[in-house]
Formats: sequence, C-alpha cells, structure tokens
Amino acid sequence: MKHIKTVTKSTLKETICKGGCGECQTSCQSACKTSCTVANQKCENK
Amino acid sequence: MIHKFEKFGNYIVLDVNSGSVHVVDELTFKLLDFFKDGDIDLDAAEVLTEKFTKEEILETCGEIKELIKAGTLFSEDWHDEIAKKERRDPVVKAMCLHVAHDCNLRCKYCFADKGAYEGETGLMSLETGKKAIDFVIKSSGKRKNIEIDFFGGEPLMNFDTTCSILEYAKAEGEKHGKNFRFTITTNGLLLDDKKLDYINKNMSNIVLSIDGRKEVNDRVRVRADGTGSYDSIVDKFKKVADSRNQDNYYVRGTYTGYNKDFAADVLHLADLGFKQISIEPVVAAPEVDYSLKEEDLPKLFEEYDKLAEEMRKRNKEGHGFNFFHFMIDLTGGPCALKRVSGCGAGCEYVAVTPEGDIYPCHQFVGKKEYKMGSVWDGSFDREKSEEYAKINVYTKEACKDCFAKFYCSGGCLASSANYAGGIDKPYKIACELERKRVECALALEVEKLQ
Repeated sequence: MKHIKTVTKSTLKETICKGGCGECQTSCQSACKTSCTVANQKCENK
Repeated sequence: MIHKFEKFGNYIVLDVNSGSVHVVDELTFKLLDFFKDGDIDLDAAEVLTEKFTKEEILETCGEIKELIKAGTLFSEDWHDEIAKKERRDPVVKAMCLHVAHDCNLRCKYCFADKGAYEGETGLMSLETGKKAIDFVIKSSGKRKNIEIDFFGGEPLMNFDTTCSILEYAKAEGEKHGKNFRFTITTNGLLLDDKKLDYINKNMSNIVLSIDGRKEVNDRVRVRADGTGSYDSIVDKFKKVADSRNQDNYYVRGTYTGYNKDFAADVLHLADLGFKQISIEPVVAAPEVDYSLKEEDLPKLFEEYDKLAEEMRKRNKEGHGFNFFHFMIDLTGGPCALKRVSGCGAGCEYVAVTPEGDIYPCHQFVGKKEYKMGSVWDGSFDREKSEEYAKINVYTKEACKDCFAKFYCSGGCLASSANYAGGIDKPYKIACELERKRVECALALEVEKLQ
C-alpha cells in the first residue's frame, strides 16, 4: 500500500475462542497496585 | 471505532475492536474523518482537494476500504461473541496476603493508613497464612497458576512467617497440582543479604518502593522521626536489581501533587541503572493537598510526553528501560476476555488481612462494608463475588466509547468506588491519564516495530 502501513494486524475477536483460560497473571499483582493495566500482560495459552 | 493521533512525526491509527495499528500519511489521516459506516462521504471530503488531487483521494479511499474489508479498520464490536462464550467457573487464583498491618515508614500518602488500614496494627500468624493458602487452593478450581503477593504494611516486618507461609504453599501446591508464584512488595528498610537470597531463590517478582529523586522521596516516604528512606534503600535496591539480572523486579514509586514533574523521577531511577520502573499517580481524596486534580492534567500529560520522548531517544541509543505503564504488547498480549474483564478484584483476586478477613482487593481492606468472608471459617460471599465478576468494560457506560478500554480493561474498581461514586463508574482523572499513557505506549511500540 502506498498511503497506509500496517504495523500490527491484530484480531482480538479471534482470541475469544481459545481465550479465557485464566492462567495469566492478575494485573494488579505485577507492580501497579493502584491502577489497572492489562496491555502488558502475557498470554499463557500459546 | 478508530482512534487516531500524531506522535513522533507519525500519524497513528488504532482500530479499537481488532487491535490493529496502522501508520498512515497525512491524506489518509484526514480522509478517515469522512468515513462513516464503512463508506466515505465524498462530497464532504471535497474540502481535501485544496491540498490533494482527486486521484490521490480516490487511491487512498481504495486502500482504506481494503482494510475495512480485511477487518483491520472500523472493525465490528465483538461484544455479542463474548456474551455467547460460556462463563468460566468462578475461581480465586490470586491473593494479596497482608502479612503485616504495620510499617516502619509513615509515608504521607499511604492508602493503607501507614500500614494499619484504619484498624489495629498487627502481624499475620502462620496459622492464618496457612488457612489463606488452603482457601486459595480450594477456591482455584482447575487453575494451575496461583499468585501470592506478600504485602503490607511492610512484609519484611514479618519475614520469618512469610517464609513459613511460602514453604507451606509450595508443599501444598505440589500435593494439589498448583504452581504458586510469589511476589513481595517492600520499602527495603529491613532488607538484608540473607532475606534477599531467600527472595531471589523463591519469589518470581519483587516490588521495591522508591519515589525517585531524593528530595521527592524523602518529602513523603519518612520514618516516624521524619527522616526519609532514600539513603537507606537506594544502594540496596541497586543490588537487588543486579542480583536478579535487571529482570523480574520493579522499582515502584508514586507521584503526587508535590512532584507533578515526575518524568524527572522516572529518569532519575533510570540514571541510577534501574531497567524496570513503575511510577504511578497517587490514590488520594481530592481534598488533600498532594492529590492530583483535573486542572493538573495538562502538566501531567506534558510529563508523559517528555518521558516518552526521552525513552524514544534512549531506545535508539541502545540504553532503554521499561516503564510499566508504557509497556504494551501489540503482537500478542492478553485475550479478549481478559481485556474486557480486568483485574478480577472480588472474584479472581482477593486480599486477606492479618486476621484472615477477605476483601475484594488490597485497596478495599479496612472498609468493613466490603468484607467478603474469612479464611478461618472458609466463608466467602459468592453472591458478591458474582457481582464483581459481572463488571466489565461493556457494563460501564463511560468505557463504551473509550479507545483505551481494551488496554486498561475498565480501570481500578477501588478508585471507582472511592472517588467516582461506584465500582461501575470509572474515575475520570485515572481515565484521562490512562488514555495519555496508551497513546505514548502505542507511539513507542510503533517506532520499535517499524
């Protein structure tokens, strides 16, 4: 493409089927304790 | 739904529902404003012919439509798919274990009321700790991974018991097929080589409390006699970081209304050699003088911008560091269900006091109306837990049109309850800051991935 460069082609919807195992870290346990961030969490079901 | 913004000279477009990220040229950036329901209003877009040719506009339209077809621009909301997904069994899989409701510091902003959580000071007994471990094993269903954070107050004030609880958890975990992961959050004053050695051998993460520059740290992180903690901890923390190969730890601080120029504190910690840094906005009632207020937001945004710019420079020079709230995984990361449901407070995640009382999370501890049960008699308010489990970004009106909802997952329930009038009402200042951080994080990641 000339005008658009896709940096990451993600499809969150597709993760619904295989997701939800719940084995990943609870977000507040890593460092925050006062806010909520899930963007940096790792999926443990790969 | 898309979100577009300009940063570091890039025109960045986030397709919110798919999570796709594009870097576009100026024409595309402007042309996207004229798209509605997957199609363009060409008459309205005529205004762009002042700067671009009709051929260029049509060509760009074609590219945009191609991405719409591919599901990476203006992609559909998948809420219905989530609703169809069978709800997982309610389990508790993470626990904040308050091994000490006492502290050897008197930090002025402490949400934990200097360790006492608006109650009596006290230390957790081994018996209570064991009961808590039994509770989480019993409540964790089929989940294999269980997290325990040894928290306080100051957990090193009760370190022998902490170690005994950990050993008990490991032994019981083996019996029941559970993999325990341990974290400890400490102010570092009582940390010595022996304790560090034990922590390094047994705990997957350690969170070290320090606010940044000496004058900033020592203004609020003080002992009972008023002296600051900085000089007693900074060398120890460097040693901890190196002993863990600069990984699996965080130096973690709080910024307040006293240091709205907090980028300098993050960079101070980076200059000391720390590679894993988290500095977060204070949680405080609006009336206290160190709280962050809506009128502070422009200054705070400026600081995040300043920090992102410096991190970009250091990344390019090969001496970057991680800033917790700018970390974002664009190529993988958590599944949609996790992104929608958030921290799990009150359902997957609970806090346990030294007396064995169960609360939805550490920030609710001491507020009796939120008490959910006790590890001593195994009581746990399942009805209440179900209520917490139902909260997600789709049940919060304020999240519906927010581009950052799948990165913050709806925000902190305790902040919502304490400052926004209910657990389903996101706290506005926190939301504004989160949106700013997500933009910075996306911009930094785009640079890395390009």
